[in-house]
Amino acid sequence: MDTILHFFNEQLIMIYLLIFTIILGFEVISKVPTVLHTPLMSGANAVSGVVIIGAIILVRRAAPDDMLQLSLGTLGVILGMVNVIGGFAVTDRMLEMFKKKKK
Amino acid sequence: MLLPSLVKFFYLVGAVAFVWGLRLLSSPDSARRGNILAGIGMGVAILGAMIEPIVNASNNYLWIIVGLLIGGVVGWLSAKKIQMTAMPQMVSVFNGLGGACATVLAAAELTKFYENVSPMTTGELGIAVFTLLIGAVSFTGSMLAYGKLDGIVKDKNVILPRHGIINLILLIIVVVLFVWLTIEGHTASIWLAGLFLLLSLIYGVSFVAPIGGADMPVVISLLNSFTGIGAAAAGLIYGNQIMLVGGILVGAAGTILTVLMCEAMNRSLLNVIIGGFGSTGGGGASTGTDDQVAKVATVNDVAIQMFYANSVMFVPGYGLAVAQAQKTVKELDDLLEANGVDVKYAIHPVAGRMPGHMNVLLAEADVPYPKLLDLDDANSALKDTDTVIIVGANDVVNPAALDDPSSPIYGMPVLEVWNAKNIIVLKRSMSAGYAGIQNPLFFHDKTKMLFGDAKDSIQKLVQEVKNM
Repeated sequence: MDTILHFFNEQLIMIYLLIFTIILGFEVISKVPTVLHTPLMSGANAVSGVVIIGAIILVRRAAPDDMLQLSLGTLGVILGMVNVIGGFAVTDRMLEMFKKKKK
Repeated sequence: MLLPSLVKFFYLVGAVAFVWGLRLLSSPDSARRGNILAGIGMGVAILGAMIEPIVNASNNYLWIIVGLLIGGVVGWLSAKKIQMTAMPQMVSVFNGLGGACATVLAAAELTKFYENVSPMTTGELGIAVFTLLIGAVSFTGSMLAYGKLDGIVKDKNVILPRHGIINLILLIIVVVLFVWLTIEGHTASIWLAGLFLLLSLIYGVSFVAPIGGADMPVVISLLNSFTGIGAAAAGLIYGNQIMLVGGILVGAAGTILTVLMCEAMNRSLLNVIIGGFGSTGGGGASTGTDDQVAKVATVNDVAIQMFYANSVMFVPGYGLAVAQAQKTVKELDDLLEANGVDVKYAIHPVAGRMPGHMNVLLAEADVPYPKLLDLDDANSALKDTDTVIIVGANDVVNPAALDDPSSPIYGMPVLEVWNAKNIIVLKRSMSAGYAGIQNPLFFHDKTKMLFGDAKDSIQKLVQEVKNM
């Protein structure tokens, strides 16, 4: 119990942010027309590549001779970047098709 | 002094861009801007991570830049080269890689912890172990989903006997290990953490294995939300706000889509995860229709019927995607419109293999999206429709969902095509749909069947209509 309370105190700001973002997320996205289900999923998927930030910080913190950390971190950067670039590019391709038939 | 606040500002801009971008993504007119805005937000955030002041950092920028370049090029090329029809697979792969990234991060941090390089509180340790788990499940689950969508993996080959029970046992072991690793801290060995990672990876496969076919949209959305939650959890490890915000937003989007997909089938998420349609006695429902005979139409009949109709409604299903018939359908649509026929499309939310699958396919064929009606609009429009053409859809137009309580899909909202004046079903053969259920619609008074490959049949129809 003590450790939980301690953790709660340490992370208070993050916990606020967590809860408010959950509420915000559901409010902002809740009404999606069927036509946008795939692009929303794919765009959101690209946003989940934000985990790359962690990978970059991991590599920057690693000692220059710590091959394990450097390799894991760089692997993370590669995986995250494929997710980010691929995700946004694919979503844009989809949305481009939706756009051009509007006229 | 200046730099730390500047970086925080970068992260703030990124987070706001994510929120605003996703908001714009939920409306057709602004969706493209929304995606670009979210992309810019990501760029700003990555820049922030590059310049963020870190105490005693050795930076290793070369490693990062090489990683960014490799990932960027691979991502860009795969996104540009992929066929639009293979979109569900591609999204699945990208999603899996995001999950893998979260797992790699957790693995790296946990290695440091077990080697006594950096300490963690119990809370932090729990979050790291959780990140390892959810990232791993998302990774292998998405890869299997990719295999299923691509047709490399056949549903029946990966379902074990009593799969539900195996999954439950596996899940219990994983949860127990999760609690154990969190509580024990340093006294648990790194090997136990390794075993935990292995079991999490296996659980991802095992969890997706029994879910297939028409349930794919649910599992794809669910995996999407897992990756988001993984990213958010990783954000807690690093105490990084933008990872938390981005991850949670994705988690919310994925959860909303999952709920929408479940509602569209009138099934609970648990029901989807535990058992496919097939296991719930699909055989019983088909008995009543054995001696009935379906009426067969010729290409000429159908062409005449469409040509002289006031309104035609296409009902696309997964069969349209398989036959790659979307462009041919559009060609037929254009011909009919040129002759004064009002053409619309009825889109069931779970038609196809991912949320909105039919919309993307038809968009690729340049069908304007105002012509695509969702379930409710389509059902009211169907009453005034002369001819319905069902292209490769089956369970989503099954009347048994409304009037046969013994049917496994009883209660699922369907397109009530029988309210239209005539029904034409394009189908390869009389075989049952994914759910393994016979469809009474095929024996309906108003229904005529046109057998053959969907693309082939529509091409013939195009020819016939041209000759009129």
